[in-house]
Amino acid sequence: MSSHVLSLLVEDKPGLLTRVAGLFARRGFNIESLAVGHTEIPGLSRITILVDVEDLPLEQVTKQLNKLINVIKIVELDPAQSVQREHLLVKVRADNTTRSQVLEAVTLFRARVVDVATDSVVIEVTGDSGKTQALLRVLEPYGIKEIAQSGLLAIGRGSKSITERVFKS
Amino acid sequence: MTAEQNPVPSPTPSPTSAASPSAAATAAAGSGEPELLTGSGAIIRTLELLGVTDVFGLPGGAVIPLYDELMTQDAIRHILVRHEQGAGHAAEGYASASNRVGVAIATSGPGATNLVTAIADAYMDSVPILCITGQVFSTLMGTDAFQEADIVGITMPITKHSFLVKRPEDVPGAIASAYLIASTGRPGPVLVDITKDAQQKTAPFIWPPKIDLPGYRPITKAHGKQVQAAAQLLADAKKPVLYVGGGVIRARASAELLAFAELTGTPVVTTLMARGAFPDSHDLHLGMPGMHGTVPAVLALQEADLIIALGARFDDRVTGKVSEFAPNATIVHVDVDPAEISKIRTADVPIVGDAKDVLADLAVSFSAVLKTTTPDFTEWWTYLDGLRKEYPLGYSEPADGLLAPQYVIKRIGELTGPEGIYAAGVGQHQMWAAQYIKYERPNSWLNSGGAGTMGYSVPAAMGAKVAEPDRVVWSIDGDGCFQMTNQELATCTINNIPIKVAIINNSSLGMVRQWQTLFYDGRHSFTDLNTGHGSAMVPDFVKLAEAYGALGIRVTSADQVDDAIKLALATNDRPVVIDFVVSRDAMVWPMVPQGVSNSYVQYAKDHAPTWGEE
Repeated sequence: MSSHVLSLLVEDKPGLLTRVAGLFARRGFNIESLAVGHTEIPGLSRITILVDVEDLPLEQVTKQLNKLINVIKIVELDPAQSVQREHLLVKVRADNTTRSQVLEAVTLFRARVVDVATDSVVIEVTGDSGKTQALLRVLEPYGIKEIAQSGLLAIGRGSKSITERVFKS
Repeated sequence: MTAEQNPVPSPTPSPTSAASPSAAATAAAGSGEPELLTGSGAIIRTLELLGVTDVFGLPGGAVIPLYDELMTQDAIRHILVRHEQGAGHAAEGYASASNRVGVAIATSGPGATNLVTAIADAYMDSVPILCITGQVFSTLMGTDAFQEADIVGITMPITKHSFLVKRPEDVPGAIASAYLIASTGRPGPVLVDITKDAQQKTAPFIWPPKIDLPGYRPITKAHGKQVQAAAQLLADAKKPVLYVGGGVIRARASAELLAFAELTGTPVVTTLMARGAFPDSHDLHLGMPGMHGTVPAVLALQEADLIIALGARFDDRVTGKVSEFAPNATIVHVDVDPAEISKIRTADVPIVGDAKDVLADLAVSFSAVLKTTTPDFTEWWTYLDGLRKEYPLGYSEPADGLLAPQYVIKRIGELTGPEGIYAAGVGQHQMWAAQYIKYERPNSWLNSGGAGTMGYSVPAAMGAKVAEPDRVVWSIDGDGCFQMTNQELATCTINNIPIKVAIINNSSLGMVRQWQTLFYDGRHSFTDLNTGHGSAMVPDFVKLAEAYGALGIRVTSADQVDDAIKLALATNDRPVVIDFVVSRDAMVWPMVPQGVSNSYVQYAKDHAPTWGEE
């Protein structure tokens, strides 16, 4: 199995997410992460899906996704040719004895503290999954109380855009 | 009426443009100011402008506004069914017999869920149907209101697409889009769910509506290079086969198929869904492949060095064990749906396109290739002809002395002729009807191929008869299947739809019984229906027929068969039901047991053919 990042340009219609997610479930694929949001074109949304699957079934799922009427375009984003980021919020135990060590880790990872309490801090970090996972490993000994993590976001490098390739004709 | 005649204005192939204006549309839009219509009125006007002339349905609370409008018009014939499943299968039969879009209407909640089986069936067999369901008031949606069901959600995996309409002004666009999607590309069922308030409120009726489907771009014209490669492969092949699927019928490509097969001299096999796509009487035709296919058709695929799949999807009932299917074959796969190509078996030459266009292009390319290559299939044909001679379709008389079901079905086909329409249920009788009726034209064989829906036959036959009133329509049904949907006989009698039903009554769920006999040591667990010979005969099918106002006939011996069929053919003032009481021990042969290679095809019980090994 290998991880693939699919970027879907879709019409912003009710039930769209169910159609996409349902297709993955029916064909027996696990969605590892998913992020949905608007694009620069009104009425169009973009779904970024991280899926762990072999190449051949991936081709089948891509073809099936293409059959969904509200799906306009699908591209697979190669990690080398794209920028891929996830966003993580983590609440860590941090009192007078450990806070300075926690803050040191935050600095090392170029993360930010966004909330402070007497016995905890909330840290925000953006990066690829290698970076966010590494930060979590470093913070773990202090006691992780809560994690909120976004799906992976990805965008192709260079000047070309997913929307212009669709609408130039 | 023939399949080629198509009174429906064909929707524009380009989905981003507006629907094609028809003569009727211009007439409707002639008066300047757009007319104010209720959503219900807009539904009917849209259907009318799309060329729909017949709909099947059953009213309920959430579609009363629509039915109120239906009452005051005469452009569309509404046929009141007795169960919504019947409306769905009738729409399928209508579409499969005529290539026109079938339409079914149901109310919200249980009305809509009763359509689900037919929708699933249409999805599996790529039948173009449009299902219109009522939905509770938009203000009540999501509150578990009376007769509320999320039918768009429920049918998501089994529709080509679906729409939820909450405003009257959205009605024409949704229905025209649904019609376009259902009938173009790979056809399939589309559902339009319309809230009761959208049906009641009014809006200006604007035609043609804007059809905005930027994500829908069915490909019809194939790449020339791929077509040329396929033609060259065929010319170089020693053992080629044309593996013809139901897509050829949906694409109306039978004439092109005939021309291409004759030009190339390639053997043809037609799958269960493709029976009639190529004439059974033709010398190039080896019959049906698959689990109950003819020995020549099964082995031709299995031993081929080149398979050209046309609108076929390598179903497990055709391939047997996939990893051992046609091990030496190069695959050319032609399909309008890119997702079918290389789904089961990797295609060496994938061709995405409409079968009609691709076959015409293939013929041109093949003619060009003939200038440099001389194909030679002589040895292959000698071998296949040997198989044909040695393993013709056949059956033995039942040991219990009762009627042979195969004989009954064969005689129905022979006495009715190739212009008849034959709609089967699912099981043994379906296989015998596929084997022993000789099909000469497309849209004459209707069945539930992919889904295997028991109960398909009677309502599908009813729909076919509505679409093609001048043709004889037979429902060839089993005693099990018939008991699932026979209430539509009432619909047929009341609406003067004189179908003929042949119940192949073996008093059991015969196909399951056959498997129990062969693979479960004869342990016939719950497959006895007590409808036939030597049983309580509950229900009595003749009495049941009479209760529905149909002519009921019982046949128990071979000498009565022809007279009964002739009487049925001569009776056109009401439906006919013939209860053919047949032997329950008859089995469907040949057979490839499930999960093994096609090489293990059995001609009859414990009798495998000898065939050439490489």
